[in-house]
Amino acid sequence: MPGLKAVASTILSVAVTFFGLLLVTFLIGRVMPIDPVLVVVGERASPEIYAKAVKELGLDQPIYIQFLDYIGKVLTGDFGKSLLTARPVLEDMARVFPATLELATVATIFGVFLGIPAGVIAAVNQGRWPDHLIRLVALFGYSLPVFWLALIALLVFYSELGWVAGFGRLDIFYEDIVPAVTGMILVDSLLAGDMEVFNNAVSHIILPSAVLGYFSLAYIARMTRSFMLEQLRQEYVTTARVKGLSESRVIWYHALGNVMVPLITVVALSYAFLLEGSVLTETVFAWPGLGFYITNSLLSADLNAVLGGTIVVGAAFIGINLLSDLLYKLVDPRTH
Amino acid sequence: MSAAAGVLLFGLSGPASAETPKDTLVIAAQIDDIVSLDPAEIFEFSGTDLANNVYDTLVELDPNNMGPLVPGIAESWSVADDGVTYTFKIREGAKFHSGNPITAEDAEFSIRRVIALEKTPSFILTQFGFTTENMEQTIKATGPYELTLVTDKPYAPSFVFNCLTAPVASIVDKKLAMEHEKDSDFGYEWLKTNSAGSGAYSLRSWKPNESYVLDANADYWRGAPAMKRVFVQHVPESNSQRLALEKGDIDIARNLSPDDIAAISGTPGIKVEDDLKGRILYFSLNQKDERLSNPKVIEAFKYLVDYEGMSQSFLRGQYTVHQAFLPLTYLGELKEKPYSLNLEKAKALLAEAGYADGFDVQIYVRTDPQRLEVAQALQQVWAQVGIKAELVTGTGKQILTQYRARQHQIYLGAWGPDYPDPHTNADTFAHNTDNSDEAGLTGKLAWRNAWEIPAMTKATEAAVLEKDSDKRAEMYRTIQREHQQTSPFVVMFQQIIQTAERDNVSGLRTGGATHDVFFWTVTKN
Repeated sequence: MPGLKAVASTILSVAVTFFGLLLVTFLIGRVMPIDPVLVVVGERASPEIYAKAVKELGLDQPIYIQFLDYIGKVLTGDFGKSLLTARPVLEDMARVFPATLELATVATIFGVFLGIPAGVIAAVNQGRWPDHLIRLVALFGYSLPVFWLALIALLVFYSELGWVAGFGRLDIFYEDIVPAVTGMILVDSLLAGDMEVFNNAVSHIILPSAVLGYFSLAYIARMTRSFMLEQLRQEYVTTARVKGLSESRVIWYHALGNVMVPLITVVALSYAFLLEGSVLTETVFAWPGLGFYITNSLLSADLNAVLGGTIVVGAAFIGINLLSDLLYKLVDPRTH
Repeated sequence: MSAAAGVLLFGLSGPASAETPKDTLVIAAQIDDIVSLDPAEIFEFSGTDLANNVYDTLVELDPNNMGPLVPGIAESWSVADDGVTYTFKIREGAKFHSGNPITAEDAEFSIRRVIALEKTPSFILTQFGFTTENMEQTIKATGPYELTLVTDKPYAPSFVFNCLTAPVASIVDKKLAMEHEKDSDFGYEWLKTNSAGSGAYSLRSWKPNESYVLDANADYWRGAPAMKRVFVQHVPESNSQRLALEKGDIDIARNLSPDDIAAISGTPGIKVEDDLKGRILYFSLNQKDERLSNPKVIEAFKYLVDYEGMSQSFLRGQYTVHQAFLPLTYLGELKEKPYSLNLEKAKALLAEAGYADGFDVQIYVRTDPQRLEVAQALQQVWAQVGIKAELVTGTGKQILTQYRARQHQIYLGAWGPDYPDPHTNADTFAHNTDNSDEAGLTGKLAWRNAWEIPAMTKATEAAVLEKDSDKRAEMYRTIQREHQQTSPFVVMFQQIIQTAERDNVSGLRTGGATHDVFFWTVTKN
């Protein structure tokens, strides 16, 4: 029964969080000193055309009616139409979200596969040069503006060396060749068995994901280091060493194993952050993803799109949290 | 480590960069302003560019010589002696992309649907007196290949024809549009994301905020264009556009910053083309403010601008000094530039007005790097005569909302003409039929700045009826001279569009001050 109760309370808290999310974004949208009608009719419209648009948008209704209307629509899966793209917001989301998901996933892989070993090496060599070096690298990752790093990366690896492709998700000639199944080009091209498109997509994603991955690497390495230091001070490590286990087995198996649980949260957090925090990277690389979409919509007072985007980000956050909880339980039986 | 190295190797083996094919044009541009593809609604820069290539109009402007009109869908045209009846002879044998023949019925449908749909740019056509009530009589196919329009007043024919070159007057494939009609919307919902034109290019795909792709129309009545396909990709960052151009991944970069243009010029393989655009940069004084409506103060402000300094420093290459409301190359353009920075004169004028010590004032400006720089430059100059200016910044919509409600003190902004005729800006800057708040003439800048001008309003109304083009041009010059001296508008600059191209590209016309970009003239070698 406690399991059922936990599920119920999770569902309730998700529902409350969503309602709060909707309410706050909706209100912010409505009190912003921005006129959404202007987006529709433009700067030069006559008063008649303006008034017509106000009515069409339902903005002549009291604000609580507008909100209830919106909730009602959202519950039936209707997020309204984006003013900017003239398409249903849900359709836009289906297009931009996979682009960001793909980018964030590859970036997280970068972060995990480089960040965790780096953190372990730093902890083991505490106070010696590898530790200092890794700390320096991580420090850069923390303090460099992502925008600047993205441009430098483009300049060096795309423009000067020509190792990778430039902006966008594909060279434009490769657009629309493979059918969109998941919306993630890497996956779709593999599904279609088209290696040329796949290679082109890899060539495009490598730079933005490396730039983003660097920031997640810095965070993951730092956290791994401090978790590891804590573990290395524990008695079981000394015991293991006394028992004659090899140093690498002690570190990579016993100590790291115990660090995995808190690390899941760290990785999940950094993943969630990448999902919504990659706005600048997406802009520099002309990557048509979610962060870019939401910012654009916000600046243009495209309220339906902003609300839709917020819900998707919120859902992603909640989803990632649930997933990391689940992983927690799998990895560490004590949390059962 | 190994996973990352593997990914890196994939990157190395992939086609990192490829020269664009000879018959394909690849353009990087900011195209996130496109909100609709329906010509009855399109009113943004990128949207009009697209419409210009996908749709034809009855009469057109020659991209190589922006002066006399040239035939479009109409082979010939005439105005009856009554001065209100216009007859267009439609080109026979021309086809839409769908294969449907172009007839007078399509032209009738296209113009009527603009009137009926009442989208923002519809005023370009409704200003001739067309309404939903009278359109059956005033817009009529009088034969299979003959269209007749009847205006409510004997306007200057140049005014009527010029407006008919605007994208809103595009000729739409009636059969195709009506196949997709829903709730008697004339196919509007469908045309927002699809196309039904007869232009040099047909729309292959459009992804909002990402890209659009055009295919050459092999049956184009002007002949098939050289570029078989045109890719336009949305690249918001100037730096990214520049890198891609240097690399040869794109043929044309349309939105480079002055810094990037400076950095790129002299690069082998790249050239930069200048084209005068219709956009002007100005600031205006709200006449509701007692201080700002003082004629001496108004005059003082015209001497408080470092025109040359700005155009030669941070605006270099992208704005030229210009001091009249009609952009250069428009009929009736005024080249005189009577004002330059003169602190002494401004000080004396302010003293005469009773503001020897200056005053505090707010400049409303949107957070756009270029406009902020101009605002700061003004701030510095004004401080030298005691005018302390505070910048009120916000997004375009925020600032615009206040401007439209006449809540600003000083507004710094830009204005682009809506159609290639002098009436567009005259109507905006020098026409105000009712200065009351209730009038809500928000489309007119004269009203937005509460500037009451009965005489100039009459002069503007007279100019649009003058049949003789030379006389008409002279009337606009007279209005502008007075406007230059007495209006609360300080027009400072006209925009120059700089397009960076690979040097094997030639023939791209970005449209000058009066029109939009054409791709059918482009060739590559």
